[in-house]
Amino acid sequence: MKLTLKIWRQADSSDPGGMHTYELDEVSEDMSFLEMLDVLNEQLIEQGEDPVAFDSDCREGICGMCGLMINGDAHGPEVTTTCQLHMRSFSDGETITIEPWRADAFPVLKDLCVDRSAFDRMIASGGYISVNTGSAPEAHSVPVPRDDALRAFNVATCIGCGACVAACPNGSASLFMGAKITHLGELPQGQPERDSRVVNMVAQHDHEGFGGCTNIGQCTAACPKEIPLDVISQLNKDLRTAMRHGH
Amino acid sequence: MPDTTSAAEPSLSADTEGEHDDAAGFYTPGEPIADAKAPGGPVADRWATRKFESRLVNPANRRKLSIIIVGTGLAGASAAATLGEAGYRVKSFCYQDSPRRAHSIAAQGGINAAKNYKEDGDSTHRLFYDTVKGGDYRSRESNVYRLAEVSVNIIDQCVAQGVPFAREYGGLLDNRSFGGVQVSRTFYARGQTGQQLLIGAYQALERQVAAGTVSCYTRHEMVELIVVDGEDGPRARGIVARDMVTGEIETHTADVVVLASGGYGNVFYLSTNAMGCNVTATWRAHRKGAYMANPCYTQIHPTCIPVSGSHQSKLTLMSESLRNDGRIWVPKSKADCEKDPREIPEEARDYYLERIYPSFGNLVPRDIASRAAKNVCDEGRGVGPEVDGVRRGVYLDFTAAIERMGKDGIEEKYDNLFDMYERITGENPYEMPMRIYPAVHYVMGGLWVDYDLQASIPGLFVTGEANFSDHGANRLGASALMQGLADGYFVLPHTIRDYLADGPFEPVADDHPAVVEARESVQSRIDHFLNNAGTRSVDSYHRELGNIMWEFCGMERTEDGLKKAIDLIRTLKDDFWRNVKVLGTADSLNQSLEKAGRVADFFELGELMCIDALNRRESCGGHFRGESQTEDGEALRHDDQYAYVAAWEFAGDDQPPVLHKEDLVYTAIEMKQRSYK
Ligand SMILES: Cc1cc2nc3c(=O)[nH]c(=O)nc-3n(C[C@H](O)[C@H](O)[C@H](O)COP(=O)(O)OP(=O)(O)OC[C@H]3O[C@@H](n4cnc5c(N)ncnc54)[C@H](O)[C@@H]3O)c2cc1C
Ligand code: SF4
Ligand code: FES
Repeated sequence: MKLTLKIWRQADSSDPGGMHTYELDEVSEDMSFLEMLDVLNEQLIEQGEDPVAFDSDCREGICGMCGLMINGDAHGPEVTTTCQLHMRSFSDGETITIEPWRADAFPVLKDLCVDRSAFDRMIASGGYISVNTGSAPEAHSVPVPRDDALRAFNVATCIGCGACVAACPNGSASLFMGAKITHLGELPQGQPERDSRVVNMVAQHDHEGFGGCTNIGQCTAACPKEIPLDVISQLNKDLRTAMRHGH
Repeated sequence: MPDTTSAAEPSLSADTEGEHDDAAGFYTPGEPIADAKAPGGPVADRWATRKFESRLVNPANRRKLSIIIVGTGLAGASAAATLGEAGYRVKSFCYQDSPRRAHSIAAQGGINAAKNYKEDGDSTHRLFYDTVKGGDYRSRESNVYRLAEVSVNIIDQCVAQGVPFAREYGGLLDNRSFGGVQVSRTFYARGQTGQQLLIGAYQALERQVAAGTVSCYTRHEMVELIVVDGEDGPRARGIVARDMVTGEIETHTADVVVLASGGYGNVFYLSTNAMGCNVTATWRAHRKGAYMANPCYTQIHPTCIPVSGSHQSKLTLMSESLRNDGRIWVPKSKADCEKDPREIPEEARDYYLERIYPSFGNLVPRDIASRAAKNVCDEGRGVGPEVDGVRRGVYLDFTAAIERMGKDGIEEKYDNLFDMYERITGENPYEMPMRIYPAVHYVMGGLWVDYDLQASIPGLFVTGEANFSDHGANRLGASALMQGLADGYFVLPHTIRDYLADGPFEPVADDHPAVVEARESVQSRIDHFLNNAGTRSVDSYHRELGNIMWEFCGMERTEDGLKKAIDLIRTLKDDFWRNVKVLGTADSLNQSLEKAGRVADFFELGELMCIDALNRRESCGGHFRGESQTEDGEALRHDDQYAYVAAWEFAGDDQPPVLHKEDLVYTAIEMKQRSYK
């Protein structure tokens, strides 16, 4: 198929940036979206034009490295990651608009690459269980009810891609944060730090410049791992409990 | 997968054609490696002995000691977290935007541990035995025993961190059997075990970042190793890294350097590895004196989604558990290859694995299944789209299983795999047989290390897939994750301590000649790429190199093929240096420039892989030499000639490498031939 691509180009974080239009022929529907961009880049290099920078690594939908706004949708029209989106979701002659994640807390580094290190700092603020290597008890000494383990697993599948933030009109990272709070809060091992974890993570979230959650729900609609909205209720509940406990 | 070793035949007969040195002229023989520094005594006591012998570092002194760790996969993140906790000053590097994205995250199947929770006869010794046997007796006994020994602690550690492993109704951990063994010792978190384990290690790492013991340098690529020559010889003392956003060339020095930079399977261009996986960190160390061991050992996985066109950038693995229920076939006649498979009658189908290996059928080990698929496709009986003139695919057919178990039964067992397949291929595998083809998956070769995980350069330690030590010529399923975490959480922290007990070492100044030399060599490579007025993109070279490697150093290797490959690689490498085109600038995010450096190193590695494969005129594990097979086409090992680790020393550009052999000695296990028929 033939496509018209409107792509956000920005040399670095200080450059104002703008949309550029490219024409691309011979796109096959078996290509992934990122392979389509690879083909574009080969064409640009041939013409002596700087290829478009975009992030990706596993290309299997699991590392969370890729992420583009495609026609205004985080990761594009399907509920999946950008690397798992295939060109058969588009049609011949279509114009596709491609932009980087949009959020103040995710500054653009170049073209379609953004800086998501705020997520790492949120995890560092409390998204872990403190256990030194070698001091762990025998694994079977603490049984975990199967349903709790299952729920913990279902939200632990968050890949930290940032689509939830990009999709949210407030640029909130509540879904990402709620997923971590819920994952660790569902497990017996996560209880000792449950209060401090939520308080510290929320403080870091706000400090990074992410917006507040107003229950719009775009985050969960865009999430490739289908993290449910109720992790945000869990987050709020944990926060209230922690406050009551005097944190 | 079933047990694959027959009980008989303790040793093998020599090659009837006598001694060979196919690689003569391509290398220089070197001194043998006499001692890999494992303690003596019974294999079961060696690790305890070493831990006891390893000198201690007083907690107050640890703050004065600095460690660089390149890589944040299971091996690197677990080491950084543990060493940070211990109080050392750690700098952690990765090329992704976050440590959480290291390639370990993609592992699907699970992680082994000899917990014997099922009371099915598992033990440290059995895990040790299966791993050595699975590696076709080309791994080191002492290392593998230790791996099995610490495996149980890994599960405890991960559970305590909140890794949500699968559980049974009673709340205890579930496990399954996997990858060539008969006991249930694989712990898993649905199809995302690697992800969950890595998140655990990453969180432990971030906890240390908050505590101030670890600093993370993300989007930083190590591009050179700094080796300082002192009175007592050379020592690894730091790295040169490129800040991939600003382009700044930075030097980082420390008392010790750890490489946990993963495997180099991407030398084949198409593989199941992440796009950024590369050999640069280990290759740069190799050029500075670290031996590269067994580089030709590549694991090829039989159940990947086939290539769909020349645009393809990577291949996707599907769990090999699919082979439990799917039947593998191709048409008997070439004329049927284009037909809708549902219209090909039973008698026109060749269920070739069931035909050739009646007792194991579709469950033969990875290397056998892969080679058989290649053979039928090379005969022209492959199915699916024609890419570069050949159809490279075979059917994995669930029709019979769907009749037997119902669609619901299949859905429950394999649902996400079927969905993934449909997303990638656009075909519904419930209605149409799946197509699969083998793909490069993992490398067993890597930097040579001793029992302490120290490379042949003092002060350089290597862990995880980047080293060579534990898997021999073939890796069993679910044991790479185990090795990464064993190295990082439980082995390295003890062995590095002994090294650090001699520190802190004299600080290395920024204007030290070794630092200046390292920086300048990096700078001149970058300048070359950016100023070269070439015409071809980096990717186009990588693709071509990958084709050569796959064709001649892939599933089956021959003397002629390998010699031809070396020629082709040399010519292509020459052309690459003269004709590659890299746009953009050095002082910015420049992905073509990043790739150019990696591909340059892949060229040199590719050549060494071919030389290593040429030298090893035997078939073992993932290395199948056409000249060494039994009458009925099975792999034939030659323990009398090749029971050694091939450790290659870099001798300079355009100089043949030097081969050091380390004999493999087994005291606790007897070498046996594998048999599948
Ligand atoms: C699809 C797939 C499925 C798998 N499934 C399983 C399984 O079920 N069970 C199992 O046991 N094994 C499995 N494996 C194998 C296993 O995942 C890997 O061998 C293992 O995770 C490697 O871990 P590592 O820590 O050594 O390296 P990696 O996880 O690859 O980490 C490498 C790190 O090094 C960094 N790095 C590399 N080069 C540089 C550089 N020059 N500068 C800076 N940083 C650098 C990277 O950024 C990264 O952080 C699978 C592999 C694949 C491809
Ligand atoms: S919650 Fe979903 S959208 Fe947000 S980072 Fe995690 S996986 Fe991505
Ligand atoms: S590249 Fe890893 S999730 Fe898309």
